[in-house]
Amino acid sequence: MNQTNKQQPDWLFEITPKNKFFSLNLKEVWRYRDLLSLFVKRDIVTVYKQTVLGPLWYLIQPLFTSITFTIVFNNLAGISTGVVPSFLFNLASITVWNYFTACFTGTSNTFVSNAGIFGKVYFPRIIAPLTTVISNLLKFGIQLFIFFVFYAYFYWKGAPLHFNWAIPFFPFTVIVMGVLGLGLGMIISSLVTKYRDLSYLIGFGVQLLMYVSAVIYPMALIEEKIPEYAWIIQYNPLAYIVETSRYMLLGVGELPLGGMLYTLIFTFCIFIFGVLLFNRTEKSFIDTV
Amino acid sequence: MPHNSQLTTHNVIIKAENISKQYRLGKVGTGTIKHDLNRWWHSIRGKEDPYLKIGETNDRSTKGESDYVWALQDINFEIAKGEVVGIIGKNGAGKSTLLKILSRVTSPTTGSVKFGGRVASLLEVGTGFNGEMTGRENIFLNGAILGMTKKEIASKLDEIIEFSGCERYIDTPVKRYSSGMYVRLAFAVAAFLEPEILIVDEVLAVGDAEFQKKAIGKMQDISRGEGRTVLFVSHDMNAISVLTNKVILLKNGYIYYEGNTDEGIKKYFNEGTNELNYFNNEISVAPKITSIILETSLPGNVHEFGNEMKVEFTINCPIDVENLALSFQIIDEFENPIIHTWQIDSEHKISREKGVYKFSCKFEKLRLYIGIYSFRVYLSESKTKERFDYINSTCNFKVEMMKNIRSDYKWEPGASKYIEDSRWEIVKV
Repeated sequence: MNQTNKQQPDWLFEITPKNKFFSLNLKEVWRYRDLLSLFVKRDIVTVYKQTVLGPLWYLIQPLFTSITFTIVFNNLAGISTGVVPSFLFNLASITVWNYFTACFTGTSNTFVSNAGIFGKVYFPRIIAPLTTVISNLLKFGIQLFIFFVFYAYFYWKGAPLHFNWAIPFFPFTVIVMGVLGLGLGMIISSLVTKYRDLSYLIGFGVQLLMYVSAVIYPMALIEEKIPEYAWIIQYNPLAYIVETSRYMLLGVGELPLGGMLYTLIFTFCIFIFGVLLFNRTEKSFIDTV
Repeated sequence: MPHNSQLTTHNVIIKAENISKQYRLGKVGTGTIKHDLNRWWHSIRGKEDPYLKIGETNDRSTKGESDYVWALQDINFEIAKGEVVGIIGKNGAGKSTLLKILSRVTSPTTGSVKFGGRVASLLEVGTGFNGEMTGRENIFLNGAILGMTKKEIASKLDEIIEFSGCERYIDTPVKRYSSGMYVRLAFAVAAFLEPEILIVDEVLAVGDAEFQKKAIGKMQDISRGEGRTVLFVSHDMNAISVLTNKVILLKNGYIYYEGNTDEGIKKYFNEGTNELNYFNNEISVAPKITSIILETSLPGNVHEFGNEMKVEFTINCPIDVENLALSFQIIDEFENPIIHTWQIDSEHKISREKGVYKFSCKFEKLRLYIGIYSFRVYLSESKTKERFDYINSTCNFKVEMMKNIRSDYKWEPGASKYIEDSRWEIVKV
C-alpha cells in the first residue's frame, strides 16, 4: 500500500449548515458551463415544440402589442411621440421592456418551478436563473431584428430617423437590464419559497410597473404634464433604461446620464443583495418549498 | 482493490462530523413569519437559534409534543476511497435525509460533511429528462446535470447507448419511449459517469429482471473494478449483500450500527426482536390495539415448523363502533406479506358496544418455512375505511425446523416461504 499517502486529502468541498455570507463561486459555475449551455439549448429548442407557428410567436407578441398600444395610447389618447412614428416608438420600448420582464418573471420562480430537479441533484443553483437570462437573449435578438426591419421600412418611407452616436453602447444597456432582472428575480424567487403570496403579486405587479417605466411615453412628457408625480418615474431605474435604449435606437428623447449612473449603482446593489438572498435560500429551500 | 482495508485509515474521501437535521412538522407556512422574526431577533443579539434547542427523536410511530423533530442526530462516519457502503434502515430511519445532505440537495442543521471528490447522485433516475428532446440530447443534458462536461459525455456516448439498448430510438423524443426504455437510458447515463463518489438510491428496483441483473453487474464493476466510492441505499438486502462490504444502519435518526455488511444485515432484521409482544397504553378516543401477545410453540418467539401458534389481540373501544375490521399479515424479513387473515363486522358481529375485547387467532399447523417473520396489523372501520390503528413489523418471530430432519438435503434458508401439505403418488408406467 501507499505509505507516502498518509496525509489527509485536500478536501474538494465541504457541506455546512450555512454558506459564507457572500459566495458567488464563479469557479464552480464555470465548471458547470456545459450544463448552462445545454439548459439554454433545451429552453430554446423545446419552447415552441408542437406549435404550428413555432418561433414566429416571438414576433407576433411584440408586433400586436405595439399595434394595440399605438391605437390606444397614441391615436386614441393622443400621446405624442414626436417625429418618430408611434408604432416604431412602441416597438422599441416593448422589445426592451419584454427582455426585462422575461428575465424578471422567469427567474422569480426559479426555486418553485425547479423544485423537482433541485430536490434530486446538486448543481450550482444560480445556473437556473442564468439560463433564463441567456435564453431570453435569443428571443430578444429576434425581436430586435424585427425592430430593425421596421426601422428600415420607416426609414425608406422617409421618416426622420437616425442612429445615435451612443448605439455602440446599446449592448451594455441590455446587460444592465438583464442583470437587474436577474437580481430582482433572485430576490423574489428566494422569498417565494416561504411566502407564496409574492408569486401572485408579481403577475400584476409587472404590468403596473410598465406604466411607471416610461414604456409607452417619453420621460419628458410626464415631467411636463404631471410634474407632481414625476418622481415615481425619476426614481425608477427601469425608466432610465427604457429611455436610454430609445435614445440609442431612435435618437429621440435625451440621454439621462445621471439617471444611468443611478441605475448602474441601483442594479449593482440589487444584484449583490439578490445573490446574498439566493445563497441563503439555496441551501435548504427544499425543506420549505 | 486488494489493499482496500489498508486504505481505510488513510484515504478518507467522505467525512461526516456531527450532522443533524431538524424538520418542522405540521402545516408548513403557519407561524413562519413569527418564528422567522424570533430567530432574527435572537441572531442580532448574537444568541443561538431558539428552535434548535427543542425537537424530538424521530420515532414516527408515536405522537410527539414538539413541532420540531430531528430526522438525523449526531451522525459521524468516515468513508474511504473505493469503499462501497450500504445505507440501510427501516422506513423513517433517516436514510433519505442523509442522502439528501450527502448529495447537497439540502444542508444539515448542524455539523459538516467534507468531500475529497466529485459527487454524483442518482436519487431518481431520469432527473431532468426532457420529454421533448431526443434520447441523445437527453444523455447530454442528464450527464451535465450530474456534473459531467460535454467532452466527457461524448467520449462515453456509444457505451451509454449500447448499454441502454435504445439504439433504434436514440433520435426520437423520449416522451415516445416506453417506461422501461426511459429507465434503462437514464440508468445508463448515470452508470457511465465517472465521478469519484456515486450515491445510488434504489435504482435497481426498476426495469425488468434482465435489466436488473445487468444493472447489478454494472454496479459491481463500478465498485470493484473501477475503484470508485459508492454509497448505496436500498431496502433490498440481497442487493446490499452482493454489492457492499460495509453498511451504516440507521434507526430513528441515529447510527445504530456501522461496520461489516453481514453483521449489519443481521442487526437490521433483528432490530426490534426483543419486542416479543406489543403493548400500547396510550389513551385514545378512537379504538386502539392495546396489546398483541404471541404464543409460539417454543419460548422466546421461536416457532417450530408445523406446530400450533396463537396470537391474541386486545382491543380497546372507547366508543360504540359498527363495522370494525381487524386484519393482520405475517410478513417476512423483506416485508413481503405471506399470510393474510381478518375479521370483519359485516361477516360476524364483533364489537358494536364500547368495551375491551380480546381477539385470538390460532394457526393449528403453521407451515411457514424457516426464517424471520413479523406481524403487520390493521384496525379499521370497514365501511368508511377509516384506519384506527396500524402496526408494522411487530412481534418478530423465528421459524425453525428442528424436529423435521431431512437427511440428504439440509434446510436452506430462503428455499421457500411456505410449505404446503401435499400428497404424492408415484406409479411405475
